[in-house]
Amino acid sequence: MKILVAVKRVIDYNVQIRVKEDGSGVVTDNVKMSTNPPDDNAIEEAVKIKESGKATEIVAVTVGEVKAQETVRKALAVGADRGIHVKTDSVLEPLAVSKILQKIVDKEKPDLVFMGKQAIDDDCNQTGQMLSALLNWPQATFASNIEVKDNSLEVTREIDEGLETVEINIPAIVTCDLRLNEPRYASLPNIMKAKKKPIEEINVSDLGIDITGRIEQLKVEEPPKRKAGIKVANVAELVQKLKNEAKVI
Amino acid sequence: MAVLLIAEHNNKELRPFTLNAATAASQIDDEVHAVIIGQNSEPAAKKLSELPIVKKVISIEAPHYENFTAENFAPVIIKLAENYSHIICSANTFGKNLMPRIAAHLDTSQVSDVIKVISPDTFIRPIYAGNAFATVKTNDEKKCVTIRPTSFEPCESSGGTAPIEKGEAAEEFSNTKFIKREEIKSDRPELGTARIVVSGGRGMQSGDNFKLITDVADKLGAAIGASRAAVDAGYISNDHQVGQTGKVVVPDLYIAIGISGAIQHLAGMKESKVIVAINKDGEAPIFSVADYGLEADLFEALPQFMEELNKLNTIQK
Ligand SMILES: Cc1cc2nc3c(=O)[nH]c(=O)nc-3n(C[C@H](O)[C@H](O)[C@H](O)COP(=O)(O)OP(=O)(O)OC[C@H]3O[C@@H](n4cnc5c(N)ncnc54)[C@H](O)[C@@H]3O)c2cc1C
Ligand SMILES: Nc1ncnc2c1ncn2[C@@H]1O[C@H](COP(=O)(O)O)[C@@H](O)[C@H]1O
Repeated sequence: MKILVAVKRVIDYNVQIRVKEDGSGVVTDNVKMSTNPPDDNAIEEAVKIKESGKATEIVAVTVGEVKAQETVRKALAVGADRGIHVKTDSVLEPLAVSKILQKIVDKEKPDLVFMGKQAIDDDCNQTGQMLSALLNWPQATFASNIEVKDNSLEVTREIDEGLETVEINIPAIVTCDLRLNEPRYASLPNIMKAKKKPIEEINVSDLGIDITGRIEQLKVEEPPKRKAGIKVANVAELVQKLKNEAKVI
Repeated sequence: MAVLLIAEHNNKELRPFTLNAATAASQIDDEVHAVIIGQNSEPAAKKLSELPIVKKVISIEAPHYENFTAENFAPVIIKLAENYSHIICSANTFGKNLMPRIAAHLDTSQVSDVIKVISPDTFIRPIYAGNAFATVKTNDEKKCVTIRPTSFEPCESSGGTAPIEKGEAAEEFSNTKFIKREEIKSDRPELGTARIVVSGGRGMQSGDNFKLITDVADKLGAAIGASRAAVDAGYISNDHQVGQTGKVVVPDLYIAIGISGAIQHLAGMKESKVIVAINKDGEAPIFSVADYGLEADLFEALPQFMEELNKLNTIQK
């Protein structure tokens, strides 16, 4: 079984986001970038499945600028076998990314595609579902547990009401929640070894698809700030304030 | 052209956020039609027809719609889509799972998690865990939009008499099989719509200690929330998680106990009207959004809090 894992490079989750003064976006220059956190879970899960003997190959793919390749390198360092970097400098909407990934799926013919449930920059939560629509494959989104069966996966999904379990036949798409597993760190020897693993570079223009954006970003601004509150001295004061000042209890 | 609202329901009842999505739909166009897909879902369809905002209900029934699988739902909506300018539903796990599958089939770039409708093609949505608001204009002819339910008031739920039309079912998608749903039932208000939310974090130290929180919540008629750290540690189940990758809540009162206030947590609660933080670390970032901060050990503060609440003659419900 072959698993394709999609990894995106995003601003690190610890970075305090700053909005550009001209309203054109957020500051990305000299800002720490990392792999989108749930994509680390996607890689980890693929590696665990391979270690259990149920997968034979893991291919990590990213779509983005030159530096996006770092995310593929990191995936290789924790256990992916080879990488694909679809190169583009354009900012892509999930629809475009899913069309690109569809081309990669056509070429690689994986049995499974693992992705993150949501990119923490655009917070779109779309790409996996869109890819499964384009492929007409089953989708198990927000996965917090995966059991591999003969020709299917049994996936536990985190939903608003609690948990849901579905069985999806292979080939299939899974989008991963952070609770799926504990991503491992790459060891130094493995980071060295990963440098020798192959990464295929593909120009997005060679894929013959229209990736023009459909959504114009008119303006990016800071959210309204909350006005500063106060510290109360003790519980009695807190309850009194809630009752008589805020009038919420 | 009219707007198509996808109803979220459990066959018997509408899920509450359907009303918030209906409000958003009505801000886009007066002509709102609602589709309800299910099995033996007449009771929910009837409730839908009673929303005054809804001008027509399309009800589609088949055994394979009983469990709301996106793979089964998407083809139905895609068939209906030609008559509509917009397709709308809530950005909760139901809508997040379903809408992109529809959008991709329609070759439309979806607008996720809208908090404000500016015009039929222009919306505001949070990005970067709510640390920035983007105003976006979609140039797609057909628009697929999910809305953040807590940013829109629920619509009026009675008095309407929309006609209910039967719609056509699509074939079953056989490669996905629903196995089970474990819903955590509780008598407390739903987290998403509760007037008061009391949340615990890693500072609670154990699941057993959450009893301190449930006591306060029950006294206040509140829902219970949690940070991701508390859920990850197994103190409480995942449906309680508030934040960027959990639920967004906007209660009148949010009480954060033993929660540090990471940006991913703030993303889910910082629009609350009044925020209280109880934390023993005076430097914890949660205090920067709290209207009332109490620097204290929660294991002392919570029993005292109960005591003080017990002293009150009345408590708003
Ligand atoms: C991609 C991504 C998405 C995420 N999504 C979410 C999300 O949706 N929701 C979310 O909550 N988190 C989310 N997180 C995790 C988030 O970054 C934080 O790790 C998490 O919110 C921390 O939870 P906490 O505040 O309970 O724990 P901690 O940060 O460990 O804080 C515990 C707090 O309790 C206080 N405390 C300890 N003991 C006591 C005591 N006896 N009395 C009083 N106070 C005490 C401490 O002072 C401390 O401030 C996400 C992270 C990532 C990377
Ligand atoms: N540019 C990209 N390159 C590779 N994978 C991506 C890219 N954009 C999105 N993805 C994948 O799609 C998931 C969901 O992204 P989104 O729909 O943008 O929230 C991510 O967690 C990634 O697994």
